[in-house]
Parts: sequence; C-alpha cells; structure tokens
Amino acid sequence: MLYVTQTALELGFLYALVAMALFVSYRILDIADLTTDGCFVLGAAVSVTCAAAGHPVLGIPAAMIAGSAAGFITAFLQTRLGVPSILAGIVTNTGLYTVNLMAMGWSSNVSLLKQATVFTMFRDTGIGGGWYKVILAAFVTVLMGLLVLAFLRTRLGLSVRATGDNRDMVRASSINPTFTITVGLCLANALTALSGAMVGQYQKTIDINGGTGIVVIGLACLIIGETVLGRRTVTKGVIAVIVGSVIYRMIYAIVLYTKVVPVDCLKLLTAVIVGLAIAAPSIRDWVLFQRRKATAGRKGGR
Amino acid sequence: MLKINNISKTFNPGTVNEKKALENVSLHLLSGDFVTIVGSNGAGKSTLFNAIAGAFFADEGSITLAGEDITFKPEYKRSREMGRLFQDPMRGTAPNMTIEENLALAYLRTAKHQNAFFSRISKADRAFFRDQLALLDMGLEDRMRQPVGLLSGGQRQALTLLMATMVPPKVLLLDEHTAALDPATAEKVLAITEDVVSRNKITTLMVTHNMKNALSLGNRTIMMDSGRIVFDTRDEERAGLTVDALLEKFRQGAGKMLDNDRILLSN
Repeated sequence: MLYVTQTALELGFLYALVAMALFVSYRILDIADLTTDGCFVLGAAVSVTCAAAGHPVLGIPAAMIAGSAAGFITAFLQTRLGVPSILAGIVTNTGLYTVNLMAMGWSSNVSLLKQATVFTMFRDTGIGGGWYKVILAAFVTVLMGLLVLAFLRTRLGLSVRATGDNRDMVRASSINPTFTITVGLCLANALTALSGAMVGQYQKTIDINGGTGIVVIGLACLIIGETVLGRRTVTKGVIAVIVGSVIYRMIYAIVLYTKVVPVDCLKLLTAVIVGLAIAAPSIRDWVLFQRRKATAGRKGGR
Repeated sequence: MLKINNISKTFNPGTVNEKKALENVSLHLLSGDFVTIVGSNGAGKSTLFNAIAGAFFADEGSITLAGEDITFKPEYKRSREMGRLFQDPMRGTAPNMTIEENLALAYLRTAKHQNAFFSRISKADRAFFRDQLALLDMGLEDRMRQPVGLLSGGQRQALTLLMATMVPPKVLLLDEHTAALDPATAEKVLAITEDVVSRNKITTLMVTHNMKNALSLGNRTIMMDSGRIVFDTRDEERAGLTVDALLEKFRQGAGKMLDNDRILLSN
C-alpha cells in the first residue's frame, strides 16, 4: 500500500504539470489547446533521446524549448493564419507525430537501459532516501508552480490573463493579443513538454502513442482540483491543479489496487467524468428548468 | 491634434449588403477640443470611432494624430495614445481580474513601462492607483483587491474611464458611454467625465443621444447622417443654439428629420 501511495504521489506531481499547462491555456487564455497530446510525447522523446545520449539534465530544458516551439506553431496558426483555435491544436498535434518519430530516431519506442536519468542522478545524492522520486517530482512541480504564479503577476502575465478575460479591453489597452496568445501557448506547451520530459526519464521508456488522452486526464485533474479548492484566484488555481493531479493518481492507484473498475476502462471513466464535470452547469440549469415546469404544471389550475 | 482627411469606408462592397458607412468625412480637432456628436440611426458615428481607433482601416483618406500619420497603424498600437469607452460597461474591464490588476494593465500604456514586461505592481503604483480611485468618490479605493466582476455597471464604467485617462491620452473616444446606465449613475459618470477631461485638457469626441448634453458639454457639436457630417458648430455660435434650433439645422443639412429613436425617446 505504501508503494502504491508513493507511486501515486510521484505520478501526481509529474502529471500536474500537464494540468498546469491546461490551466494556463484553457482557464487563463480561454483556448482549448489540443496540442497537448503530441507535445507531451515530444517532451518525452526529446528528453529520453538526450538521456540515451548521456545528457539527462540537458534533456529537460531541451524538451521545454521543443514544447514551446510546438506551442508557437499552434499560436501562429490561430493568430496569424486564422485557423480556428481547436483545429490549430489538432493540426500541430498531427504534425508532431512525425516530428516525435524523428526525435526518437524513427523508432516507435525508445528505452533507457543503464543510462543515467535525472532521477538516478538525484538518487545518487542520497537526499530523501526511498522517497527520492517523490521529492524530485514535487520539487520540479512546485518550483514551476511558483514561477508560473510569479509570471502571472508581472505586467506581461496580467496582459495574458486579460486576453482570456476580455479581448476587447485588451486591444483598447495597447496590448497585442497576437503576442499575448503566443506567449501563453508557448508557456503552456513548455510545461506540457516538461511533464513529458520528466515522465519519460521516470519510466525510462517512451512510446510514440504515450500521450494519447493526456489532455483529458489533465482536464480531469484541473476540474477535480477546482472542485476541492475553488477557482477564484490564480494562486488557488495553481495549487488546485497540483492537488487535483495527486487526487486523480490516488483514485487511479485505488482502482488499480482494488480492481473495482477494470483498469482498461479507466480512460472511458475519465472521459465520462470530465464530460459530466464540464457539462455540470448546463445539467443543473436543465434540472432547475424541469422542476420549474413541473411546479407550473401543478399550479396550472386544472 | 486629430486630423481626419476625406476618409471613406464601405462595408461588404460589391454585394447586395453594400453599405457606405462613411463618405468623405473630414474633421479637424484642435488640441483640447471637446466635441459632442449626434446623429440619426446608422449615421456612421460608431464607424467613425472605429476608423479613428483602428478597428478597421479606412478605404480612402488619411488620419493624422499630433502630426503623425496613423492611417495604417494597427489598433493596439494606436491605443497607446487613445482612450476609448463603449456603451457596454462590460467591454472595458477584465471581470476576473482585480481592480488593481486592471489599473496596472491600463498603466502599461506609459512609454517608460513599455518594455518592462516582467515588472510587477509596486508599492508606488498601488499608492498612485489608490489616489486615482479616490477621485472617483465611489469607495473603490478600499476594494482594490476585489475582482471587477463584482462592481456595478456604473462603477465599472467609471473605472474604465479612469483606466482610459490615468495616463492622459491624446484623444479620448466616448461612444455613448453613459447610455446603458441608470439616470442617476449616468449623471455621475458624466460629471466625472467632464472633470477628468477638463483637468487633463484631453481632446475628446463623445457620441451622445441626449440633445441637451450635446449642447451643454464641450465646446463643439457635430451632427452626422448617412456617413457624412451635416452640421458642425463651435464656441460662440454654438452657445446661442437651442435643441430645437439644432434639430432644424440637422433638417437643413441632411434634408430630412432626425430619426434616432433613442433621441426621440429621451427628449
């Protein structure tokens, strides 16, 4: 059981970066960025390939740069070329499949055998004993959370937030929305790629299809976190994604451990939960309306 | 200050929906002019504002602001030197951000802050915002950490006005900015407008449907119809005009009665 909790914490912190990326793109910029799946694999591919070549640390920033490049393409498609934002993400995502294969040396999976990873390097420092993976994962994620929060309070960060909040106002306050959307999407995809980079070195292997459904899982974490903590301020939002991601992985671990639901069904379950959670306001309105209709019918005086 | 030379704009050219929104409009504003604009439905008042602000580029003609040709300058660049308020109080502020954060964004406009992407709201900024908010006399200075979405329409419009004028713009565009407010609040926002504009001597253009305001505010009034300016009066000549005389001038200029339903309903 301890082992299960530990793994859940490790994965929770590592995947929290994807949820944080979606917080930036979906909540702050109000753009559904579907580059995520491919971008996650891109980060993993770059990082694992670098680690395989003996540069595990270099692999992390390299993955982030690759990720923000992918974000830049998506942003370019939607701001300069007028491609609808969802489609822009899908187009980039499709293209990334080939790019990812290329990054992996044209093979559909790459494994690290004896090569060092950031995790083995950290283990060798002796910090944290058996919890070293949790500590490194938590450190990276919390550090990123703090950096993202600090960024969102700068003037550029405020401009990015305003772009998602009120596009009209942004244009009238001398901010170029094209620029702020680009900055926001580059940041979001750098975070996604960082998550992929860490997960890749953590699992010591990367598969070309390893990112399928990551965007929905990220959204699930975001929504779980917001349900627990509320979403009024950005600080709460950033803490919420980390908490949400850890909770999601705990649930995952419990399902895996107790086998209440067959593990193969977990993605369907996640999709249903996310669908329902996003639909919640409409469902609530519908229920209220039906109730209103029912009372009106009873008072109808027949 | 602002020179508009013969600008024209046609929407949907070559289709059945073709609409000549502006036809050879020329307007020359002196520094410190406060111009009120009245006109019939679809006269091109908002289109004129959009052309000045750069929401689209004019088909013909040119626009100069303080000697600089801005005809092809994009909207977000023009807005460094222009303030604009819309009729809808929701359009000018970001609801999920705090009052302080909204003000900080508006403050971005100043040249010295232009490159300071990573600077944050300083204590000095905060004190400055506080003083500015106190001038509105709405108690907003004690609510700086609250999201703007919690404010009333009037408060939001007053805040937008402050954001547009905190760094005095070269031109201020007010597009019926009090029309969506209740009469008492509208009165108050209008008073704040007069105060801010006269204190900073901002060159201002204001669209209104209230004929009395059109004559009592500012120093110049223009009337528009079908994409043209049909009557332009200023200073002493304007001081002698009554609302009825103004309507008569419109009839002479446009060759028809003023048919703005808002004006008819409000007088």
